[in-house]
Amino acid sequence: MTLTDTLHTSLKSVMSYRVRSLLIILAMALGVAAVVVLTALGDGARNYVVNQFSSIGTNLLVVLPGRAETSGAFLGAVLGQTPRDLTLKDAQLLGRLPQVRRYAPLNVGAAELSAANRLREVTVLGSTAHLIPIRHMKLAQGSFLAHGTERSAQIVLGVKIANEFFPRSQAVGQRVRLGDSRFLVSGVLASQGESMGYNTDEIVIIPIDYAQAMFNTTSLFRILVEAKSHSEIESAKQAILASLRQSHDGEDDATVITQDAILNTFDRILHALTLAVAGIAAISLLVAGILIMNVMLVAVNQRTEEIGLLKAIGATSTDIHRLFFAEAVWLTLVGAILGFLLGEFGSLLLRLTYPQLPAWAPAWAAIAGISVALVTGILASILPASQAARLDAVQALSKK
Amino acid sequence: MIRLTAITRTFYMGDQTVYALNNINLHIASGEYVSIMGPSGSGKSTLLNIIGLLDKPDSGNYELDNKLITDLSETEQAQIRREKIGFVFQSFHLVPRLTAAENIELPLILSGMPPAQRQLRVNDALQAFELTPRAHHRPSELSGGQRQRVAIARATIMRPSVILADEPTGNLDHQIGAEVMLLLENLHHGGTTLIIVTHDRELGARAHRQIAMRDGKILTDQTDDAH
Repeated sequence: MTLTDTLHTSLKSVMSYRVRSLLIILAMALGVAAVVVLTALGDGARNYVVNQFSSIGTNLLVVLPGRAETSGAFLGAVLGQTPRDLTLKDAQLLGRLPQVRRYAPLNVGAAELSAANRLREVTVLGSTAHLIPIRHMKLAQGSFLAHGTERSAQIVLGVKIANEFFPRSQAVGQRVRLGDSRFLVSGVLASQGESMGYNTDEIVIIPIDYAQAMFNTTSLFRILVEAKSHSEIESAKQAILASLRQSHDGEDDATVITQDAILNTFDRILHALTLAVAGIAAISLLVAGILIMNVMLVAVNQRTEEIGLLKAIGATSTDIHRLFFAEAVWLTLVGAILGFLLGEFGSLLLRLTYPQLPAWAPAWAAIAGISVALVTGILASILPASQAARLDAVQALSKK
Repeated sequence: MIRLTAITRTFYMGDQTVYALNNINLHIASGEYVSIMGPSGSGKSTLLNIIGLLDKPDSGNYELDNKLITDLSETEQAQIRREKIGFVFQSFHLVPRLTAAENIELPLILSGMPPAQRQLRVNDALQAFELTPRAHHRPSELSGGQRQRVAIARATIMRPSVILADEPTGNLDHQIGAEVMLLLENLHHGGTTLIIVTHDRELGARAHRQIAMRDGKILTDQTDDAH
């Protein structure tokens, strides 16, 4: 029996048992669709987080006080275990390093903002003009500490703050009170929404000197550093640590976190999560495989007489085996392709429902889903096909 | 030419051994018309199954066309079944989901014949057995006589040298049965060896050679000189 005839005969057989075949195809399709949709969801979430991290800057290094190797990067800083704070002098030192394109010292606090008979608590960032480009922020209006105004009392408002305080007039040029000091509004941030834990639409930015005076501190919360290029991130990190060690009397009391390291960590975690979700979905493919095996075993039982006849007219055990095997391949293949299409449609619905989530199923997921479906279907057909091939012709023909 | 030498076939029923065939020696020449008769359990169907290579004897030798085939592999035996032997069964054994033409085509598909050639052969067979108008009907849409004609067309489509018919008229009324027998006898007139297993004495008597069996043994083996 030729391969073409085997495929053609088995396809006719699949099509003649419509309900049975449709149910198997549906089970297989749902399994593959689940793999495609869930990996699209997982990968979408991963890309979303990675994009969020990428949007905070390019070739970014974050310097924070505290020894990572003794008390953990964040923990030490939070618990105040730093032997020496970071200062503006440290920040200026880092700015002179050859690998550093620009830097922005940072202080963060909260203060009361009042203007035009309105009052509210706001998050205050104290920094220099470089904060805007380093953090990929954009100004919708005005400027921040433009050349010649570096030491002036100016403030940039988040777009929501600007709209709340000055709903009918332009915010730039207005005077506001922050804490006990008065500031001139020099710019308004473009709307960027939620990014890395705080909403940039609801912050205000003032010069670092004013922020330190307002919060009564000489230490810095962080120093944001932008390396000249991606290849210089690691050398910049070493240079920063060496420079700080030198200025801190040989003490290793600062930690440098690279954006790349954070990105890689999140990427790894979310990739593992995607794989785990895909694995869970793949279990439904195994269930579909068991269904195929069950239905095929019933089919062998129902078609015993036909198998006996085929043997009587000259079919070999191999022919019978191949026929049942090909039936399973057809069912699985059609189910897998339908499932892939269903999965892609499901991913499209996800993207339409949540436009910010790039829910595209990665190519490997589609290939893996279809492959696992095929392997499962083929494995599931081995037992029924062998059983059919082993049937004794005389006994099979005498079955009523 | 069929030659069976000391063929024995036993079955086990609990701890009892039943001899379905007990030391059978039989020679059937090419082109003979033979009937095998006997009561139920006499071993006639087992003998037909062994001649048709559907069953294997426990001991003894079977030669077909001067070739010892008892020890051939399963694949080689399947090839002989496909090319040299045609089966006609009492209950037709047609595949219910296939049309008359597709049922007739099955042995050709198994032989690997190209589709265009198959089509020609099937059309010839449909015409020869007056089935052309029913070619695309499924077995459930055919009468008993038409079903058996489809089964005979399928059995002869590979142009075998031997036709084995197990109670070929058992499920048919007298008149249709007679028509089916005429079809089979026409094949014999064309040179095919025809071996029929039957309970029906009248039917058995139509054969040139009549073999009577009981308890797995050949009781009588008579050749009718009138033929």
